[in-house]
Amino acid sequence: MLRLLMTLLTLCLISPLYAAEIATGDTTLDAAFEQLLDRNFDVKEQGVAALAASGHPKTGDLLRGILEGELRYLKENSRLVWMRPGADGDHAIDALTGDDYGVFSSRKFKKFAINNTMRGRLRTFAAERELHDPDPAVRLRAVNAMLDDVQPEHAALFSGLLDKEQDPAVREAMSEVVALARLSADDSAQRRHAITEVADSLSPAVRNGLTRLAKNDPDEGVRADAAAALKKIEDKVRLYGHVETLFFGLSAGSVLVLAAIGLAITFGVMGVINMAHGELIMLGAYTTYLMQQLMPDMTGLSIVLSIPAAFIVSGLAGIAIERGIIRFLYGRPLETLLATFGVSLVLQQLVRSAISSQNVPVSNPEFLSGLWQINSVLALTYNRLYIFIFCLLVFAGLYVVLKYTRLGLQVRAVSQNRSMARAMGVRSARVDALTFGLGSGIAGIAGVALSQLTNVGPNLGQSYIVDSFMVVVFGGVGNLWGTLIGGLGLGIANKVMEPWAGAVLAKILVLVFIILFIQKRPRGLFPQKGRAAEG
Amino acid sequence: MSFVTQLRRLSLAAATATALGVAGAAQAADTIKVGVLHSLSGTMAISETTLKDTMLMLIDEQNKKGGLLGKKLEAVVVDPASNWPLFAEKARELIEKDKVAAVFGCWTSVSRKSVLPVFEELNSLLFYPVQYEGEESSKNVFYTGAAPNQQAIPAVDYLMDLGVKRWVLAGTDYVYPRTTNKILEAYLKAKGVAAGDIMINYTPFGHSDWQSIVADIKKFGSAGKKTAVVSTINGDANVPFYKELGNQGISAEDIPVVAFSVGEEELSGIDTKPLVGHLAAWNYFMSVENDDNDAFIDAWHKFIKNDKRVTNDPMEAHYIGFNMWVEAVKKAGTTDPGAVGDAIIGVAVPNLSGGLSAMMPNHHITKPVLIGEIQDDGQFQIVSQTPGLVVGDAWSDFLEGSKDLISDWRAPLSCGNYNVKTAKCSGQNY
Repeated sequence: MLRLLMTLLTLCLISPLYAAEIATGDTTLDAAFEQLLDRNFDVKEQGVAALAASGHPKTGDLLRGILEGELRYLKENSRLVWMRPGADGDHAIDALTGDDYGVFSSRKFKKFAINNTMRGRLRTFAAERELHDPDPAVRLRAVNAMLDDVQPEHAALFSGLLDKEQDPAVREAMSEVVALARLSADDSAQRRHAITEVADSLSPAVRNGLTRLAKNDPDEGVRADAAAALKKIEDKVRLYGHVETLFFGLSAGSVLVLAAIGLAITFGVMGVINMAHGELIMLGAYTTYLMQQLMPDMTGLSIVLSIPAAFIVSGLAGIAIERGIIRFLYGRPLETLLATFGVSLVLQQLVRSAISSQNVPVSNPEFLSGLWQINSVLALTYNRLYIFIFCLLVFAGLYVVLKYTRLGLQVRAVSQNRSMARAMGVRSARVDALTFGLGSGIAGIAGVALSQLTNVGPNLGQSYIVDSFMVVVFGGVGNLWGTLIGGLGLGIANKVMEPWAGAVLAKILVLVFIILFIQKRPRGLFPQKGRAAEG
Repeated sequence: MSFVTQLRRLSLAAATATALGVAGAAQAADTIKVGVLHSLSGTMAISETTLKDTMLMLIDEQNKKGGLLGKKLEAVVVDPASNWPLFAEKARELIEKDKVAAVFGCWTSVSRKSVLPVFEELNSLLFYPVQYEGEESSKNVFYTGAAPNQQAIPAVDYLMDLGVKRWVLAGTDYVYPRTTNKILEAYLKAKGVAAGDIMINYTPFGHSDWQSIVADIKKFGSAGKKTAVVSTINGDANVPFYKELGNQGISAEDIPVVAFSVGEEELSGIDTKPLVGHLAAWNYFMSVENDDNDAFIDAWHKFIKNDKRVTNDPMEAHYIGFNMWVEAVKKAGTTDPGAVGDAIIGVAVPNLSGGLSAMMPNHHITKPVLIGEIQDDGQFQIVSQTPGLVVGDAWSDFLEGSKDLISDWRAPLSCGNYNVKTAKCSGQNY
């Protein structure tokens, strides 16, 4: 009652304000759009329905325009327009006649406000029209949009469409709709036939339909068939669920590996406890942000260019830290720890003062958004997939550098026996600086990857420093393979436990496990062997 | 330059300095000090610095209007650095050393709990501007943010009207989400929602790997019943959460998320295109259209010298709280905390969403509840508004042990937790 009163009240108050704001020349359209401008969402919905029923040839475009927020109206002349960016500014193009009214500031373009319910309604209306669209991609989208809300009467409609349909993907989607609609057919034989037809599908709509039949169907045979089909589907879903968990684990692990791999060099190979490692990651993330500021229109390119840029920025910062502080403290781990902790605070304050104490927005390029839908229960997000591949590439690159280059040889020589390496003519101070720079630069690259997943702010590094040390110690100090296997293993363990233990407890359990593991094997998963390990 | 002129100049400078010093001292005696207790460093600085600036602006404006009781107001800003015990120390410093008339501050519930004993011991006033979990009513604290019945419950009602049948209660693991979710769970069950249709999930502060939780939500939501997420996820963990929702293709039409801690300020750090249609429940949105709000936004942009900055709900709470305190001081004719505390009950001042907010005897205020959908420009489109104002309820009606309690700080009851069944005041001050 109250709601009705409110509606009436808002109607009285608001409607006169918007009178005659839209004048398209078509009275049916005008009336529909007047309703769309109302503040009350019930009235707006009526407007959508009126527009869909108007029969105007451009109705489909208009509906989609409202849905995507591209259809606007101009206050000046009350016309419906498309906002099209041109070289000299935003042009107003009449939505019905195609006339160009010239350039307006974006404030003059008024939008039609919609809510979730209206969005759903608009999508269905648009979908019904688009079933006849010449483009198969549009038809497929339309069929899928209707999949959630299949009514028995759709069977006839879609079987008619199916006869004319040529595109195999659209055909498949359409036959699913037909089968789904037949699941609620009156004839039990027809229902049983429909069950066999949908038995291979994994889509939630099918599963819900089958669950309904298995529970409520009056015919016992149908119930049994539905239950059997359901069980097969559930088994498959469970299998894909395991694949999904594995992927989640690998992707969480790859983030750990990326964060830790730079540390595996500075801590693992050089033995420096670098508490500022997290801040070197943060510098990499901020480099990504600054690159995006430099080229705001090319998000994709800026990310790619950020990789070398972040390597250089963090690498130089690392060399400066090594030359300026750490080299005076070799062999004194406690002092190194305190000094680098101080450096980490300085770096944090530096970005707070220079950029902002708030988090900064880093946008995701197109190729890193969205997901790869393998089937209706298994989908992998692109950003995680790329970061996993990226992690493997970084690892391979680093492995090659350490194993097959002159620098790598010198690094290994110095870390194994400093005095002997010096006796052989290796300039150990220079090697120290370069090694530290390499480890720091890798941290910077990790920052680029993390900027795509998490917040970029002054505290970014702090959340990864503990994890990084954990991975390096668990994997075995001084062993790159240990870092890779350790990081991925911890990621998977975390994700396997998360569904039943919760995110908080899973993390605690992983930490407890590592403590116990280190008790048993103090040198980690892959301990270093030989004389270097004793020193 | 001769020695004499030099000497003369020196003495002149000294005289000016003395004069200035005297003037400064004279001014200090003539001001009313107002404490501002917000973190300017540490994790909470992101949110709380804005509130400090809001208070400075409000005090500045009041001084332009001629101050209060014929005196100028003077802000005393301290930095408790997101460190909960330090909040108590700084509060003590403000009250004992600076002798402030009232304090405006705190954000997290734990910081409020930390300063509470100090305010009660030294009998000073705290205005707390953030939505919180309720279950508290102190003689010395005025809660100008929303209680659960002014934010969470109306939001759930709105979603129920839209036909939501399955509920995910997702929150950060600390006292506000846990208490709010306990209340919501009891409320949903009272409304006939089965336990199997409620999924509760907690994550640590700053959680960034949301893939499996979002996948679980997706699975939970594909059972054929309309599903919604009620999010008490706090702080910057929201950004990766919404990003993951977008990446896994969950749109607001499939599974809407209604958040209680995501406002304009939080959205200003993210690309909001994938979030369009997700909801937030507050008592104020920057997009509210009325003259008071326009004036407030203009004043804010002028004060902060940046017209890109947004306004948000806790800022409005300070606006209301500060104006209430000013009115109460005028009414009492003194800044004495006892007198002001008595005078403020019943004081009504305009809020920014169009209406008058009044201070109730339980030290909570009346507010409208607005539900907004996120737009691609980081603002909210208001889709629902309570017809009248909602009275803040200190003790939830949906929790055992709290539903029999009421709070009334007027004489003769003067109790924050009076049990109507046993007719006893527990004697505890809060």
